[in-house]
Amino acid sequence: MGFDSSDQSMASGTRVTTPAISVRNVIKRYGTVTALKGASLEIHDNEFFTLLGPSGCGKTTLLRLIAGFEDITEGEIHLFGDEIATLPPNQRPVNTVFQQYALFPHMTVAENVAFGLMCLKRSKTETDTRVAAMLDLVKLGDYAARRPSQLSGGQQQRVALARAMAPGPKVLLLDEPLSALDLKLRQAMRVELKQLQQDTGITFVFVTHDQEEALTMSDRIAVMSDGEIQQIGGAHEIYERPVNRFVADFIGETNLLDVTVEAVEDQACQCRLPGGAVMTASTGGKTSVGHQGHVSIRPERIGIGTTGSGRLEGTIEHQIYLGTDTQHIVRLDDGTHLTARTQNADEAQVTPNLGERASLVIDPGAIRLLVD
Amino acid sequence: MAGAIGGGRSVSGVYRPVRRWLLLPSWLVIGFFLLAPVGIMLVYSFLTKEFRGGVIWEFSLAAYDQFLFDRGIFGDDPPTMEWTYINIILRSVIQAAIATLVCLIIGFPTAFFIATRPPETRTIWLFLITVPYWVNLLIRTMSMKFLIRDNGPLNEGLMALGLISEPLPLVNTDLAVQLGLFYSYLPFMVLPIYAAVERYNFALSEAAADLYADRWTILRRVVLPAVAPGIAAGCILVFVPSLGAFLAPDLLGGAKNWMIGSLIEDQFKGAAGNWPFGAAASMILLSMVLVALFFYARSQSREQA
Repeated sequence: MGFDSSDQSMASGTRVTTPAISVRNVIKRYGTVTALKGASLEIHDNEFFTLLGPSGCGKTTLLRLIAGFEDITEGEIHLFGDEIATLPPNQRPVNTVFQQYALFPHMTVAENVAFGLMCLKRSKTETDTRVAAMLDLVKLGDYAARRPSQLSGGQQQRVALARAMAPGPKVLLLDEPLSALDLKLRQAMRVELKQLQQDTGITFVFVTHDQEEALTMSDRIAVMSDGEIQQIGGAHEIYERPVNRFVADFIGETNLLDVTVEAVEDQACQCRLPGGAVMTASTGGKTSVGHQGHVSIRPERIGIGTTGSGRLEGTIEHQIYLGTDTQHIVRLDDGTHLTARTQNADEAQVTPNLGERASLVIDPGAIRLLVD
Repeated sequence: MAGAIGGGRSVSGVYRPVRRWLLLPSWLVIGFFLLAPVGIMLVYSFLTKEFRGGVIWEFSLAAYDQFLFDRGIFGDDPPTMEWTYINIILRSVIQAAIATLVCLIIGFPTAFFIATRPPETRTIWLFLITVPYWVNLLIRTMSMKFLIRDNGPLNEGLMALGLISEPLPLVNTDLAVQLGLFYSYLPFMVLPIYAAVERYNFALSEAAADLYADRWTILRRVVLPAVAPGIAAGCILVFVPSLGAFLAPDLLGGAKNWMIGSLIEDQFKGAAGNWPFGAAASMILLSMVLVALFFYARSQSREQA
């Protein structure tokens, strides 16, 4: 197979870059439960790719299938063009950082990091040099002789990283590696992980349920739910142009409004709210006149003004001061509620007070019609 | 102490005099069941024997002397080394060591198998392992003898199948003793190893496989070190009672295959009736066990350091 494809690329004269990982129609069943319902995705070389979703969405299952800890039910997984789905984990050139680190408790930090190299039968000098380099990389050079139990959670996390990177994998799999750390450390590690990925050029496949983690670190994100991939895209794309209700709701906060499509234009459509107001929404997928759907509007894209300044009017029911922002919950005249968020940047800015009538100004580009 | 505010109250919040009384049961247990019996044995081993059992309260080293030296029929020859009893001890150590090894080889996979079953079926497997132990040891050992004797089910079955023409002479052999010891003490190997494997974090095996370890390397470098305390506990629990066993050697091994336990039993209950000698043999056995336990404890504490 490798022969054919190389022939083709040579003939055409263009070098088609092989994806680091290519997952094709992968299905995983546990008895009667289907954990993955036909997932397909391609992860590029040198990419920081995140599988994001709530618990039980199949993200960890997909990672474990790539690592080889679970047997695939149907489908194919390719690593740089080679089918690996049938190989046992110890023959797959990928390494994993485990959620609870899974460090070998009876070995020192250095022995943990050296384990992969030992199994690969590398020479003593090569192993020693590599272990020292890895421990320096994660800033644990002074801890080589300690046992994992003598380290803090953050340090154990670094040992797990060093251990997984020591054999020099092309792809590193990370299973919620930050979830056991406290908030400050987690935030610091986000930056470090991203830096590490850029410095080493290793492809990272990162599993998390934390959308903030995903948005801050990833080149691309696959949002998963219920055993299916909902949307794949960059942070900006997924946040600003969610394809469906699940993605819009899961990533950040949003207002979901029931609408009826009145007119369809190129990339946009006219939607009528139950109260009668009509607004222009951008649309990603296909839609048709008369379609009953939802629009998503992010709270920070809604401005609050005195009556008469916008097209939607309502009463402010709650006002929550959040420091940098103020959150307003507005009851529209048709009974639906909308959340708006205004920045507290200007002391002089005039916004209606609690209980007063308000007019909502919505950025036209901020209204997104969802497929379902 | 009583005068000070809050005096007499310990850190745990229980009044010290009360706490002392609460410790009484454990002191009674240690005193009555540990110190007193061992003390009596120690004292008896240095007394003079009375014929047909019992002791004369007169200090004597005769028991230890008899264990180690041969002074001829009349006791006045120059002492030469007496090998009979030392050989019995060596036999016992070898038999117990083999029994321990066999229990380990069979018990480890068994424990591993049980610990990796779904939680709801584990109980059933553990129950099956322990069920024979609700029957008295004597009965179990006897039934083993019935199983392996010349016209027992094992030999009859093998002959009926035409695999052998003569019954295998199993009773009164070392092999029969081994079988008895193995059967008697297997659960003491399985249960502690099971407890260790059940606590084992299987993510460690996954991590090792992820780092290119094959099955053998995973077992040797990751699983075994993690469950080693369970293995050590199992080995001690099998080795110690096997060393002093007398039922299996008596019933299955016959007179030629004595172990130290049979020798001691004979001094108190049997024809020999030499209490000081039995007590001395017990003391020698006990000191051997203690030395073994000491080395075990030292290796454990070194591991934790």
